[in-house]
Amino acid sequence: MARSSKLAIVGGRLAEALPALIGIIVVTFLLTRALPGDPAVQFAGPAADAKSIAEIRKSLGLDRSLPEQFVIYLGQLASGDLGQSISTGQPVLNELVTRLPASLELTLAALLLSITIALPLGILAATRPDTWIDHLCRLVTTAGVSLPTFFTGLALVYVFYYLLGIAPAPMGRLDIVMLPPPTVTGFYTLDALIAADPATFRAALAQLVLPATTLALFTLAPIARMTRGAMLQVLGSDFVRTARAAGLSGRTVLLTYALRNALLPVITTLGMVFSFTLGANVLVEKVFAWPGIGSYAIEALVVSDYAAVQGFVLAMALLFVTLNLVIDIVYTLVDPRVGGEG
Amino acid sequence: MQRNSASEAGSARRDPRRGRSTWLRHLHHVVTSNPVTLIAFLLLGILLLAAIAGPSLVPYDPLATSSRMQLKPPSWQHWFGTDQLGRDVFSRVVVAARLDLMISVAAVALSFVAGATLGSLAGYFGGWTDRVVGRLCDTIMAFPLFVLAMGIVAALGNTIENIVYATAIINLPFYARMARAEASIRRNAGFVQAARLSGNSDLRTLAVHVFPNALPPMMVQASLNMGWAILNAAGLSFIGLGVRPPTPEWGIMVAEGANYIVSGEWWLALFPGLALMLAVFTFNLLGDGLRDIVDPQRRT
Amino acid sequence: MTTAPLLDVEGLTVSFATRNGTVTAVKDVSIAVAKGETVGIVGESGSGKSVTSYAVLRILDRAGRIAAGSITYSGIALADADESALQDIRGREISMIFQNPRAALNPIRRVGQQIEDVLVQHAQATRATARDKAIDLLRLVRINDPESRHSSYPFELSGGMCQRIVIAIALACEPRLLIADEPTTGLDVTTQKAVMELVRELTRARGMATLLITHDLGLAAEYCDRIVVMEKGRVVETAPATRIFRAAADPYTQRLMQATPRPGVGVRELLPAEVRTAMPPRAKFNDETACEHPPVLAVSDLVKAYPKGSPGGWAFWRKPPPEATEVAFRAVDGISFNVASGESVGLVGESGCGKSTTSAMVMRLIDQTSGTILFDGKDIGAVPSSDFARHPDRGRLQLVFQDPTDSLNPRFTAARAIADPLHRLGGITRADEARTKVELLARQVGLPLDLLDRFPHQLSGGQKARVGIARAIALSPKLVVLDEPTAALDVSVQAVVLNLLVDLRAELGMSYLFVSHDLNVVRLLCDRVIVMQRGRIVEQGETEAVMQSPREAYTRELLAAAPRPPV
Repeated sequence: MARSSKLAIVGGRLAEALPALIGIIVVTFLLTRALPGDPAVQFAGPAADAKSIAEIRKSLGLDRSLPEQFVIYLGQLASGDLGQSISTGQPVLNELVTRLPASLELTLAALLLSITIALPLGILAATRPDTWIDHLCRLVTTAGVSLPTFFTGLALVYVFYYLLGIAPAPMGRLDIVMLPPPTVTGFYTLDALIAADPATFRAALAQLVLPATTLALFTLAPIARMTRGAMLQVLGSDFVRTARAAGLSGRTVLLTYALRNALLPVITTLGMVFSFTLGANVLVEKVFAWPGIGSYAIEALVVSDYAAVQGFVLAMALLFVTLNLVIDIVYTLVDPRVGGEG
Repeated sequence: MQRNSASEAGSARRDPRRGRSTWLRHLHHVVTSNPVTLIAFLLLGILLLAAIAGPSLVPYDPLATSSRMQLKPPSWQHWFGTDQLGRDVFSRVVVAARLDLMISVAAVALSFVAGATLGSLAGYFGGWTDRVVGRLCDTIMAFPLFVLAMGIVAALGNTIENIVYATAIINLPFYARMARAEASIRRNAGFVQAARLSGNSDLRTLAVHVFPNALPPMMVQASLNMGWAILNAAGLSFIGLGVRPPTPEWGIMVAEGANYIVSGEWWLALFPGLALMLAVFTFNLLGDGLRDIVDPQRRT
Repeated sequence: MTTAPLLDVEGLTVSFATRNGTVTAVKDVSIAVAKGETVGIVGESGSGKSVTSYAVLRILDRAGRIAAGSITYSGIALADADESALQDIRGREISMIFQNPRAALNPIRRVGQQIEDVLVQHAQATRATARDKAIDLLRLVRINDPESRHSSYPFELSGGMCQRIVIAIALACEPRLLIADEPTTGLDVTTQKAVMELVRELTRARGMATLLITHDLGLAAEYCDRIVVMEKGRVVETAPATRIFRAAADPYTQRLMQATPRPGVGVRELLPAEVRTAMPPRAKFNDETACEHPPVLAVSDLVKAYPKGSPGGWAFWRKPPPEATEVAFRAVDGISFNVASGESVGLVGESGCGKSTTSAMVMRLIDQTSGTILFDGKDIGAVPSSDFARHPDRGRLQLVFQDPTDSLNPRFTAARAIADPLHRLGGITRADEARTKVELLARQVGLPLDLLDRFPHQLSGGQKARVGIARAIALSPKLVVLDEPTAALDVSVQAVVLNLLVDLRAELGMSYLFVSHDLNVVRLLCDRVIVMQRGRIVEQGETEAVMQSPREAYTRELLAAAPRPPV
């Protein structure tokens, strides 16, 4: 496989993300404009009078035809204009950008946690079917997909904060008395490390542990389940039998032959896992008063701040498309067959 | 060789087509050979009982408030305690079963019908039908699904019907993709070609020969999906969409109870949360059991 | 043989734990392989031959267990050796090659590395020297350009080349015993011959013993010194290869041997003597009759081209050869032939030659790119395939499928499958009328009436084949295309089905177009044979004439590649 053809495939993947992007923009546009009800009334908020509604209708271009409105919408997006949030009076884009690192820190910490637990659990369960570890894996996966994240979060708060008192109050990213570290990445834990501030690091980490665990418990199940399934299938395949018949050591068979092949479907599943994680993220942010874009959207929903909600949906979709793109590219680079076979 | 005999034995065991008495005998065999599936069926029975007869079974009016009985912990009078308005939590949890199940059953039914139709047309005919359906699914899947559901409910309006539509839309791609895969595997199977040779039109071949064979795996998917649909609907009401207080619904009850967790009144959130978990757990177990019946080799 | 055998299997019993309890797959099997000897284990599906070979290397599925017996390899008891001792023996002392070579290789690891893994594992090379050794091995198994093939992935190689890689892995550490489990099943006859010759040459040069597991008695007889015949998990006979065809002692072996198609033996002689009936009279075809009656099928200049880079999307037509993906691929490249009324014509070639695409076009399941197809004088090639389902000639042009299991709807009973064309095309609407006709057809194809209400999974392979045939003849077709109708069947069942087809043709006056890769089978059924290669017709003529004195080199190659049991 020539390297240039791999590059071409990666380029192709980037191009393939375009239709998804167009789809997202069309859907968010339709959600704001073409649905029943008067968007101007919605955008103006419940307290607006007829005059201000008419003004908003004009400023949003709602008096024009739908295609014209779409062109205007595209222009607004291109200039980063997602409208004003009526509750805070701030541009939606600014709010989202300020709050995004909080959501990202939580999501990534949770994913890291769940992958480090789920992969070994799935592998062990597949190599030792019908042992206690297999049953544990099955229990964890079934329970994991059955637990509502908001409920797990509350249970953890009750046990670790109210009963045991070892966790901090579920009130955001940092104790109110502490100052956030100077912003470099926007992730408080990393920034505290960069600023060599162990006290802030510990405080930020303590706040992160419970919400990240809640989210990880939820995403653990699909990853562990998929790993177990893929490993079982690969371990039963012809080429593993060939490797065993050739006397390769158990380690080589398991790692070089079985695991590498089993990881391919797991990588594909990660796309779905991201989708679940970003959704569950919203609920977890509410439970832990985590100041990310999810809790921003919930606050906006309560006061019918539609520009903010649509900005949030668009931001989440863009984030998800980017994550999927990364998965696709990783997959392309890992699997030699991609692009090799017509 | 042993693989052959195993799959033959497997196919001999799965026969949802031999007439009623054998079907019942088969069900009996499955339930007795796998006690977990039996438990799932029992739990389903309890859920259905609560959903159908709930309001006439409960000891208190789920909406009746009482200023004397606010925030009382579980007791013999109030098994699950009382909430901040003095309402009986047990009665509310039981009565909520109907609404929660109705939302998710309606959503899953909608997306099952629409997804199966679109998907099997796309898989069987290919070409532009496939491209249009594929693009539709891709667009839905380009969003984090729960977030899309939030956006849809926010745009369509904050009602229970819109929760159903939103949940149906985000579930649609699962069914459409599955039906598409099942139909396109079978499109070139010998028996489908044979059906065309026997003079069956394309639509008839699809309806009579392809689709019934794709149905069992789709039913498994539906059962596993039910749990997810319940979680989604509850999640939406947890963040204040769809169901409005004082209507008893598990998601909103957990949301109301959340405010009292930090002060130690755990029963408000625990019992509706447990009910929710139990419902999701039941459908997941049921799905796993059904999968064993449909395809013993695909157990993961 | 006075010295102890290299491999000595004594009283081996293997059982599998299944959901329905314990199933014994192999019962009390004893096999000995002497140093340098080639022993074949022959049996039909379900005979336990592969399980026996997996048990020797102890690579049974987790559910499988050696319940009794001993396996001794040059003094070492394998049946109860521990895993680390077994690892030293596997690949180093005993190695194995498998059927379906493409699946037998790690899909995402370069083939050279896979050979190196084995060399390094058994300390035959260090990582530094392994590459050169691996390339030497690739050269040994006759892979062209071994240096660059070293870094190929399995998907970039043909099935035959993959099997050579698997052989290279098996021989890398110069083991003393090679177990070959159906090593050529699924490969074309010419590739099959090349692979078997290679295995024979390499094992002989190294003085290795070979255990060849196969369903093909002819193949075993050609390559083995001794043959062990297995049936239902038991050994029924062990005899030198030369003797087994001449004087098999066991009745099962006799039946198996008799059912194997081979030169000089007619279709009736495949059946056991006690059930043989007289051959139906064979219609003679000469130029005169051909002039009097127009041909049932006249195909001229038929072409099927797939656009550049398109995978085609048609299951009958498999993967195109790699060199063809660049240009528009012509699966069928301008062929013309006739099938006369009542005639049986064989269409023979290796996979990818276009024979199945041709039959699919003739059947109007896919559209041709250009060319005409006249059926009974009518231009059916002009009717698009999507409209042909309701065409009046649909019922008179029918197909018998390759895989009887795949060709029956798992949710339809046998009776419903046979009745389907009667309802759709035969104008029969009343259930009792259809039932009468179905029972008549079942009698014609020898399907017991009590099986009519069963579902496909409750029928044996032969019974399913009969259902498929009954469905095809339900509307008294003039032309039936037989697409490898016996390829998925065991030889004894194949013999019965072939004879049934001969009788039905005589009884109903149908014409056959018999698509097959196997000249020995085609010969039994066809008056004329057409040989195809790369979408073109290479040679056509009277079957016996083509078989006896082929004019084209490719036909000779095909004939020479077929295994030739010692008669």
